[in-house]
Amino acid sequence: MSTTVYVSRDASALAVGAERVARAIADEARTAGAEVSIVRNGGRGMFWLEPLVEVATPAGRIAYGPVRPRDVPGLIAAGMLQGAHHALRLGAVEDIAYFKRQERLTFARVGVTDPLSLDDYRAHGGLAGLRRALEMSGADIVKTVTDSGLRGRGGAAFPTGIKWETARAAESIQKYIVCNADEGDSGTFSDRMLMEGDPYALIEGMVIAGLAVGATHGFIYLRCEYPHAQRALETAIANAQAHGLLGAVLGSGRRFDLELRLGAGAYICGEETSLLDSLEGKRGQVRVKPPLPAIKGLFGKPTIINNVITLASVPIILERGAGFYRDFGLGRSRGTLPLQLAGNIKRAGLVEKAFGLTLRELLYDYGGGSATGRPIRAVQVGGPLGAYLPEAQFDTPIDYEAFASIRAMLGHGGIVAFDDTVDMAQQARFAMEFCAIESCGKCTPCRIGSTRGVEVIDRIVANQAREQNELLLRDLCETMLHGSLCAMGGLTPYPVLSALEHFAEDFR
Amino acid sequence: MKSHADTVMAVPALLPLTQQRAVMQAIERHRDSAGALLPILHAIQQALGHVPPAAVPLLAQALNRSRAEVHGVISFYHFFRSTPPGRHVIQLCRAEACQAMGARALEAHARRTLGIDFHQTTTDGAFTLEPVYCLGNCACSPSLLIDGELHGRVDPERFDELLVETCETDPAKAQA
Repeated sequence: MSTTVYVSRDASALAVGAERVARAIADEARTAGAEVSIVRNGGRGMFWLEPLVEVATPAGRIAYGPVRPRDVPGLIAAGMLQGAHHALRLGAVEDIAYFKRQERLTFARVGVTDPLSLDDYRAHGGLAGLRRALEMSGADIVKTVTDSGLRGRGGAAFPTGIKWETARAAESIQKYIVCNADEGDSGTFSDRMLMEGDPYALIEGMVIAGLAVGATHGFIYLRCEYPHAQRALETAIANAQAHGLLGAVLGSGRRFDLELRLGAGAYICGEETSLLDSLEGKRGQVRVKPPLPAIKGLFGKPTIINNVITLASVPIILERGAGFYRDFGLGRSRGTLPLQLAGNIKRAGLVEKAFGLTLRELLYDYGGGSATGRPIRAVQVGGPLGAYLPEAQFDTPIDYEAFASIRAMLGHGGIVAFDDTVDMAQQARFAMEFCAIESCGKCTPCRIGSTRGVEVIDRIVANQAREQNELLLRDLCETMLHGSLCAMGGLTPYPVLSALEHFAEDFR
Repeated sequence: MKSHADTVMAVPALLPLTQQRAVMQAIERHRDSAGALLPILHAIQQALGHVPPAAVPLLAQALNRSRAEVHGVISFYHFFRSTPPGRHVIQLCRAEACQAMGARALEAHARRTLGIDFHQTTTDGAFTLEPVYCLGNCACSPSLLIDGELHGRVDPERFDELLVETCETDPAKAQA
């Protein structure tokens, strides 16, 4: 009898040797005369355990990790294929505390299924949301999404249903659905994991969006730094076409076609209007709003542009109902957020939880403190444009409004931890440097302010006319905050000012 | 619509024949899709390792856009190169999650070991070093790509190992 063994194909698992482990298992099993079928699943999001190996047994999927290729002969000899004891045995995956305490809605299938098998997708609840949507009017689909309380997971947290209603109500013979898969924020990888680990959920979400607003064509704009996600999506889109999920939409008489497009290393293209310009074959420069993309978007047509996680959360909302999703979370932050623990953290990975837990719980209960064993001194939440938070703010709940009230942002849910060796003046300088490198150049506060910002910070650190230069830096930050066209220039002051505010000693 | 032959006639003499062919193939494959320029540029860079400046007039003519516009698009995106890279391209992540795990030291080590700065190629033509801002491998920092292959938890020691492994597969080294 063949034993099913799971070894992840997630890019991060491959980056630490999962491919070699999979090959070693195949070789060793052959030598031992054991029949194995190796499934390359998505990532479980517990990266300190990668390469993680799971063995299907009558007692569930038993995990071993982290497994090096040279551990494999010993593991097989010890009876890994029967789930036997070994120093690397972690027990049933679902019982690992980090995993067990999560509320996985959007990520329900990631790591569980074979990401590219449509049969596996259907067997685990896939397409149920779409089938439900096909029985509904566009207005009812939009109402369900609105009632669920889903807000844009890319970072801006705009209510998804309102965006959809605007596009639905717009009159046009051609509308578009665009997926923003330009996940450029450092410390974030949930889009990547979803696209590699459950690409059909994204495709299904986009088809539902198309039904909701009357769009027949979609684009996924994927950053070119994600070659593994690219391959997964190419295969998934081809399979979805071959099986009538895309194109004929399950023989419903409706139509939806989907194209994958690649970005080219420009962070700014994660901003929705510059993404649209990039898709049109132009420089990725930010557009002035209004008009909103929902009214005049791609090629001038009404366009829904949503992040990967937003779109991939739609199928479960349609399947289980708006109330089911809304019951998770608190205040105006409803549902779950796939949080990403990154940087200097012992147990880095993906934690999908309802809104409301605190940063401290994430950093210590899940993350286990810093990887280096030193105190965590600062945490940057929400990518390179997010504020640096000191320990005194670790009790802030994961909630859009709570973060906004301390001049921080939750963004796309990336959390980067730094230990006490960090130089916060250098981090502030990097924020300005990054803005100078990535600014699209359209507005002056961002294009020039960022370069001046680097210079002013250098002068402060060099102790040149400190007081005047600090005043100048604050003034410059105010100008960027209020005078920039988009979030790039408008939020770069967040990491700078928070570093200056909470870690002033590093600037001396 | 211009015929294939017309466009080939307009190719400047500067572009070697093999490169001309790659550029033409990229144009033919994507010219009819909406917003074709980026897919075409990706196809050219995949085939040639860079986008030769001499391809610009050809692209402008095929897409009915000005040369300035096409040049503006190429120069806007960090990913597109206008000169050929070394035999191996190292893309080193400089972003915050990697910084938190020692990327600044790794960056300094990489420059020192290779004897080059970012956007430069070693004199033997073996390695080009490029900065990149996030590879989505932030749970296994520091990260880099070598010839498109992702590596995580790269400290200076691991970096040196990866250089040796890459050199072992280098065809130029094998001949020598």
